[in-house]
Amino acid sequence: MWDYTDKVLDLFYNPKNQGVIEEPSEPGVQVATGEVGSIACGDALRLHLKIEVESDKILDARFQTFGCTSAIASSSALTEMIKGLTLDQALKVSNKDIADYLGGLPEAKMHCSVMGQEALEAAIYNYRGIPRTIHEEDEGTLICSCFGVSEPKIRRVIIENNLTSAEQVTNYVKAGGGCGSCLANIDDIIRDIQKESAKSQPISRQSKPLTNVQRIALIQKVLDEEVRPVLIADGGDVELFDVEGNIVKVILQGACGSCSSSTATLKIAIEARLRDRVSKNLVVEAVEL
Amino acid sequence: MEKNCIYLDNNATTKVDPEVVQVMLPYLADFYGNPSSMHTFGGQLSKAVKIAREQVAALLGADESEIVFTSCGTEGDNAAIRAALLAQPEKRHIITTQVEHPAVLNVCKQLETQGYSVTYLSVNHQGQLDLDELEASLTGNTALVTIMYANNETGVVFPIEQIGLRVKERGALFHVDAVQAVGKLPLNMKTSTIDMLTMSGHKIHAPKGIGALYVRRGVRFRPFLIGGHQERGRRAGTENVPSIVGLGKAAELELLHLETATTRETQLRDRLEQAMLANIPDCEVNGDPTQRLPNTTNIGFKYIEGEAILLSLNKYGICASSGSACTSGSLEPSHVLRAMGLPYTTLHGSIRFSLCRYTTDAEIEQVIAVMPDIVERLRALSPFKNDQAEWLQQQLIHR
Repeated sequence: MWDYTDKVLDLFYNPKNQGVIEEPSEPGVQVATGEVGSIACGDALRLHLKIEVESDKILDARFQTFGCTSAIASSSALTEMIKGLTLDQALKVSNKDIADYLGGLPEAKMHCSVMGQEALEAAIYNYRGIPRTIHEEDEGTLICSCFGVSEPKIRRVIIENNLTSAEQVTNYVKAGGGCGSCLANIDDIIRDIQKESAKSQPISRQSKPLTNVQRIALIQKVLDEEVRPVLIADGGDVELFDVEGNIVKVILQGACGSCSSSTATLKIAIEARLRDRVSKNLVVEAVEL
Repeated sequence: MEKNCIYLDNNATTKVDPEVVQVMLPYLADFYGNPSSMHTFGGQLSKAVKIAREQVAALLGADESEIVFTSCGTEGDNAAIRAALLAQPEKRHIITTQVEHPAVLNVCKQLETQGYSVTYLSVNHQGQLDLDELEASLTGNTALVTIMYANNETGVVFPIEQIGLRVKERGALFHVDAVQAVGKLPLNMKTSTIDMLTMSGHKIHAPKGIGALYVRRGVRFRPFLIGGHQERGRRAGTENVPSIVGLGKAAELELLHLETATTRETQLRDRLEQAMLANIPDCEVNGDPTQRLPNTTNIGFKYIEGEAILLSLNKYGICASSGSACTSGSLEPSHVLRAMGLPYTTLHGSIRFSLCRYTTDAEIEQVIAVMPDIVERLRALSPFKNDQAEWLQQQLIHR
């Protein structure tokens, strides 16, 4: 028997914001949808956002969920949490925030909160036209073939939730919960991240928030020292164009610049690095001049 | 602690019969002696154990000397498999099925790491075995065929005697995990091909922590638990006298009620099943409709998830179980339903109702009354409403 909080049970028995949002007829308002999961995996969430274009604000949020008690409660919680937020604010909502809103989830059910965060990101990316392909494997090395979980997703959940064991990763994103043959790979990723964070401690553990100037300087530094050398070696390059809030606008150049699919891959790679080194809320956008 | 409920999870465990509790009490309080003792105070307990052994033997149609008391079904399975292999050290092949209980399946998987080869027989969409596949798998190297009598999740009953005849032809030992069948189907070991048969107390209204293994006279049996001389040297350890006495009484009651309970449970189960199929769209019964335990139904409610159904039923005090990933504790849906090749749309929404002789008409009517709304509510929340749902179509194509 799962040990659910009263909040989880309440949102399961009396869910708020279930359903869809019709295409609005009023001008200046758009609907965005994000889909995560599948019926084969046992849970799936389709999130609908009604967005005021001018202010970038979420006017309304609805969900449709196939899944267990905590999947339904997490979806409902998410819609409650993001109504009224701007998209940038909403992108800061992490799976941990969803779990906290619910008063906690059983460890084995943490993946339900991850599904909520991912659907939110998918909806916002869809709205902003940022490519986010359905196939996880396109975004990075596929680690868990039973549940189709790729390395970036595993890295992200480890970092955001400070996970220290492969078993925890299984609870959060299911990876390793099928045949178990990838558990050793997950161990390696955890060890990798622990090494990286030990190295980057002076940057990531800063107690004072960065000023805007410091932040831009740090973004520039990471691009120059860690991203550009790799790209230049491959015949490409990247140039920092502008930073607006959490949006980092870059110009991609050279061998990769023209091809749209490689742009998407590159964008995600740069974004992952910047999120790791500067701030987890950064979104990279490629601009063309 | 919740006490009142509509308990339809009897394949998981059962209520201890009040008569069983009564016969056990003196052995928990006053008669605490050791049956192996020389003095009357202890020694008199061996009589109680003997009576219980006869009661269990009667339920199985076996001889009293063929019954070994164990601590549970899992121990019985482990002991039988181990004994069968030790009896024929030159043979290195085992046959079982893909739908066994973990107490057999995981033992077989472990034996594979110790140099044994294991054939896991497949099942069809109705959960039935193909006897030709069995026959083709049997070789002179086959030491043991271990197959369940009836499946715990679907209630599907295998053609045990037809299997046994083929096993005997090839000179292998035949073990049957009958934990779900004992007390629900008439058994007679005297005319059976079974060499060893596992049963468990808590599935037949005895307490947890007691079971029995039938070992046919003549089978070379080596003990799993090694120590003292108890159970004719076949299972060491001081006898769990109160539970053994309880198991004996429970066996006696099962035999007494077998015919009437079977008829009643079949009627109630069929009533429940037919009402579900008639009142709820997009649901189907999983498993062989005819070769099935009288008390079990496994119904797949499409497009919704089992744990959410269970928790909704729980609100009405109705206890059932599910084969969904979220209830299995392993992230994968039931290995039994997957082996049957059920579609994903059904797999996660399968619910097992298992009845017993205490189940009442009113209880079944209550389930029939609440179930349609529960399914409708969860389907209203689900993004999948039918096989035509656009998103679902996309996913099925990608798989």
